Amino acid sequence: MAQTIVDIQEELIAEFDLFEDWADKYEYLIDLGKKLPAMAEEWKTDENVIKGCQSRVWLHGEKKGEVVNFQADSEAVIVKGLISMLIRVLSGHSAAEILAADLYFIEKIGMSQHLAQTRSNGLLAMVKQMKNYALAFSAQ
Amino acid sequence: MDSLMDISNIRADFPVLDQQVNGSTLIYFDNAATTQKPKSVIEALSHYYQKDNSNIHRGLHTLAERATTAYELTRAKVRDFIHAPSSDQIIFTSGTTAGINLVAQTFGRSTFKAGDKILISHLEHHSNIVPWQMIAEETGAIIEVIPVDETGVLDLDAFINQLDEKVKLVAVNHVSNAIGTINPIAKIISLAHAKGARVLIDGAQSVAHIDIDVQTLDMDFFVFSAHKLFGPTGVGILYGKRELLASMPPYQGGGEMIKEVSFSGTTYNELPYKFEAGTPNIADVIAFGSAIDYVKSHGTEVLMKQEQALLAYATEKLNAIPGLRIIGTAPEKIAVISFVVEGIHPQDLGVLLDKFGVAIRTGHHCAQPLMQRYGLVGTCRVSFAFYNSLEEIDRFIVALQRSIQMLA
Repeated sequence: MAQTIVDIQEELIAEFDLFEDWADKYEYLIDLGKKLPAMAEEWKTDENVIKGCQSRVWLHGEKKGEVVNFQADSEAVIVKGLISMLIRVLSGHSAAEILAADLYFIEKIGMSQHLAQTRSNGLLAMVKQMKNYALAFSAQ
Repeated sequence: MDSLMDISNIRADFPVLDQQVNGSTLIYFDNAATTQKPKSVIEALSHYYQKDNSNIHRGLHTLAERATTAYELTRAKVRDFIHAPSSDQIIFTSGTTAGINLVAQTFGRSTFKAGDKILISHLEHHSNIVPWQMIAEETGAIIEVIPVDETGVLDLDAFINQLDEKVKLVAVNHVSNAIGTINPIAKIISLAHAKGARVLIDGAQSVAHIDIDVQTLDMDFFVFSAHKLFGPTGVGILYGKRELLASMPPYQGGGEMIKEVSFSGTTYNELPYKFEAGTPNIADVIAFGSAIDYVKSHGTEVLMKQEQALLAYATEKLNAIPGLRIIGTAPEKIAVISFVVEGIHPQDLGVLLDKFGVAIRTGHHCAQPLMQRYGLVGTCRVSFAFYNSLEEIDRFIVALQRSIQMLA
């Protein structure tokens, strides 16, 4: 039985619970960013750039059978770490599941500052773009 | 460093500095974006709303008179601060950007003809680019750009070649917000005037650091923002030569700016009210007067000396970090340092430094053409005010080195 979106979020929360201070959390996040699988060059296009981020962020979604898969990249490694977590949570689920997902783990792991509505933080824009893909695929 | 003043009392004047951010004592190095406010400014704002709040100029009751007197007193203080000949040449706007747009939409619209040239520099903030592009599009005027060299210094030889009788306006900043270069505006103004061009100086980044004398410099237009001079946000100043302001058509129509209105026509009020339509930002203008008092009580030269000491110290410390490159190494700079670190995106450093309690600016600093000139997407920028200390720079350097280590 595949993990649900909630299962994966709980797993991430448990992982971050192991860290005592913010520096350890961010080192882990940076590590996740560095390990994010490379995005196929063909998808690193201007159309796939997410607006509203200080660094460039590319996101591409594809529907395979019943599930949606995402790949992404960014110039900034902390942003890559954040996307890496979003991909881990949302990729491989159905469009309906992605649309309905409540991404509570962001706050639980202490990263809610990246959801702020300032021009430098693109996490909100990334979540929105992933849900937009899901919406488009669910209409097909 | 014996040239440094004792800032312990000064820091106590700025309540915002005394706080913990993300578990560390705040280090505020984003003064080029906005400066912090002394207690006297905050108290003036509060006093106005508690005691004097009233609409100005029209009312004949006591509160209206108090508010009007305080409002006009700030105008007189600004006149004195920039050594303008007369208070009616001091126009209150909402900020530097609004001042530039006002000049573009009035002076520009009534002056520029197709084929005329507007000279701006490669160092400009978007606020001193876009308003000119908008009016150029409408009038058929052409924008030309004064080039900047590798170190961030404007190419005056190129400027001299660009100056011809087609140039109607030269619009340059006094100081670059992105890299700190102090431009030779006395020379720029005299060269431009020799060719019959008018000059607008964007003083947003200079007014808190350099003594300004609009008459000695023979400025045609000078614009700046109160919030970069330890005053409130939402207040700006446009200074203009009398003959220019007098000949310019009004900008916005409404109350305050009229003498008489009938449905067959309206006569406009005199300077400065012609350009101040509507109820202005009374409270913030009044509090801005307190900011000027505060700066004058120390003296711009003393403050500049403190900032230059911080600049020299931080430059030396930053240059010692492997892989770090300072962008903008002009011989004359205010206390702004832009830098990049090999292999690291500025945003990543900004996020981590914030976790250490250090506020810096990252990105293109609203100067994308300048970033493109240096082949960069952005930089990290630290900018100091006189209330910053060497000890803060030391703590910042430790936090920066740790951040680089985490990201490498």
